[in-house]
Amino acid sequence: MEQVYWNPTMETMPREQLRALQNERLRDVVRRVYEHVPFYRNKMQQLGITPNDIHGVEELHLLPFTEKQDLRNNYPFGLFAVPQSEIVRIHASSGTTGKPSVAGYTSGDVDRWAELMARAMYCANVGKSDIVQVAYGYGLFTGGLGAHYGAERVGASVIPMSGGNTVRQLMLMEDFGSTALCCTPSYALNLADAMEREGITLDRIRLKSGIFGAEPWTEDMRRRIEEKMGIDALNVYGLSEVMGPGVAMECMAKNGMHIWEDHFLPEVIGPDGKSLPYGEQGDLTFTTLTKHGMPLIRYRTHDLCTLTDEPCPCGRTHVRMGRVMGRTDDMLIIRGVNVFPSQIEHALLQVPGIEPHYHIVVDRVGTLDTIEVQVELSPSVMSDTVRDLETLERKIVNSLASHALIHASVKLCQPGTLPRSEGKAVRVTDRRHLQ
Amino acid sequence: MYVKQISVFIENTPGRLAHFTKLLGDNNIDLVSLSVADTTHFGILRGIVADYEKAVKLISENGYTVKLTDVLAVSVPDHPGGLAEVLETLSGHDIVVEYLYSFVRNAGDHALIIFRVDKLDEAEKVLTEAGVRLLSQDEVRGL
Repeated sequence: MEQVYWNPTMETMPREQLRALQNERLRDVVRRVYEHVPFYRNKMQQLGITPNDIHGVEELHLLPFTEKQDLRNNYPFGLFAVPQSEIVRIHASSGTTGKPSVAGYTSGDVDRWAELMARAMYCANVGKSDIVQVAYGYGLFTGGLGAHYGAERVGASVIPMSGGNTVRQLMLMEDFGSTALCCTPSYALNLADAMEREGITLDRIRLKSGIFGAEPWTEDMRRRIEEKMGIDALNVYGLSEVMGPGVAMECMAKNGMHIWEDHFLPEVIGPDGKSLPYGEQGDLTFTTLTKHGMPLIRYRTHDLCTLTDEPCPCGRTHVRMGRVMGRTDDMLIIRGVNVFPSQIEHALLQVPGIEPHYHIVVDRVGTLDTIEVQVELSPSVMSDTVRDLETLERKIVNSLASHALIHASVKLCQPGTLPRSEGKAVRVTDRRHLQ
Repeated sequence: MYVKQISVFIENTPGRLAHFTKLLGDNNIDLVSLSVADTTHFGILRGIVADYEKAVKLISENGYTVKLTDVLAVSVPDHPGGLAEVLETLSGHDIVVEYLYSFVRNAGDHALIIFRVDKLDEAEKVLTEAGVRLLSQDEVRGL
């Protein structure tokens, strides 16, 4: 591919110039929400500020936060900043309880989204001559259509598979010669396992890139997928409230995801509600600069990560976010110790032959928290003797103790029996709240 | 002269074993020999089937973890002390028996027993030398 960047002007814009653009766009979005969204006008009035007080990013900290609860309180269309007649698309989050959070897009929003996913495709060396298999779910979930529009924008041939039907996915991957795969990392791993099972060797497929997101994953899991599929596996980030996939995308340097700062203004917020300097871990927060359907001001994602503005070898100037280390609302407190599912995943992958298909069950017996880690048993570690499997269980227990510092019981499970939803692995069941 | 044994991981929850055996039944796969080792959480079903290639494909496609292991199918004289003689031969050569189980059917005056040992080649050699008959995969297919 002769062109490295989809939009060289924007993607490599000097940071000073980028800041000037952000200042201008921030003033514009603040004015738009003040004039058209009663929720924001009220909040700003309560804080005693008007759009005239916001000259640029310097004054960002004066603006109110937006929480997921605010979206629910204004369900379904209360935060839209344009008349419903201007909305051309509605998506909703995959929340499992209660009302979903809704997002509305104008035709301009859909167009900008395609542009940002097109940048993401180029980051993964995916262009006009590629065949892109989209195995994210299509529907209210933003994954499928987001990847689809981006792949079409760069001129690739798109296979709109949607999620599930693994055997058919593999058949078309081989027959059509898919060169890129878009799905969740846990589903990518399922496909890789199924390839092994079906005896599909790497020389039979043409896959070279994977654009994986919508759930947190670890470096160990990246290596696992890359080896099994013979591809570069890249991390894409997004959330339906802010846009969908393509808010940030990793480049081939594989060292953090570039947040497209001409469209989103990121901050990392500490426990005291103050914006943290680059390098410190906190709650990732976005202000959408160019969204017209449903602009959001300082939206708290509750994804824990760090930002860096250190120059990237790829030449893109936009800040990079590190891997999402967990969600502030995913964090488990087990007997007073903070545990993230990602730590447990890391500990599991230190045991040879163990695949990152796992499920964590937290319970309380009497006054004591208990944690059980259920791990799917892969064929490579299957044994005909009880002793070998019990040794394996002990190895996992020891790895959890030394790498994640938790004392857990381990239960081996049959493959495919652990819960999954919309292609996303369900990692935690906390039974303590049910009692 | 080895025989392929299938070992299948079965979770220790109600109905699992029934589900698994029904899967074999629906696909006309006959277990000619069977044993289940169990712990609190899981069991390992071990068995001999006529067509193990077909069985492995079917079992893994249906989401079970399965492994093939080489074992010895030994024809043991069906009289008191018959098994002891075979075991003494093995222990006399420092061969450890991991587990053993008998066939559902027998062959006339001989019982058929599956042996899983640590030193397969050596076990085959010493048993053959001691005049003990081992069954081949083809013979097992015909049972």
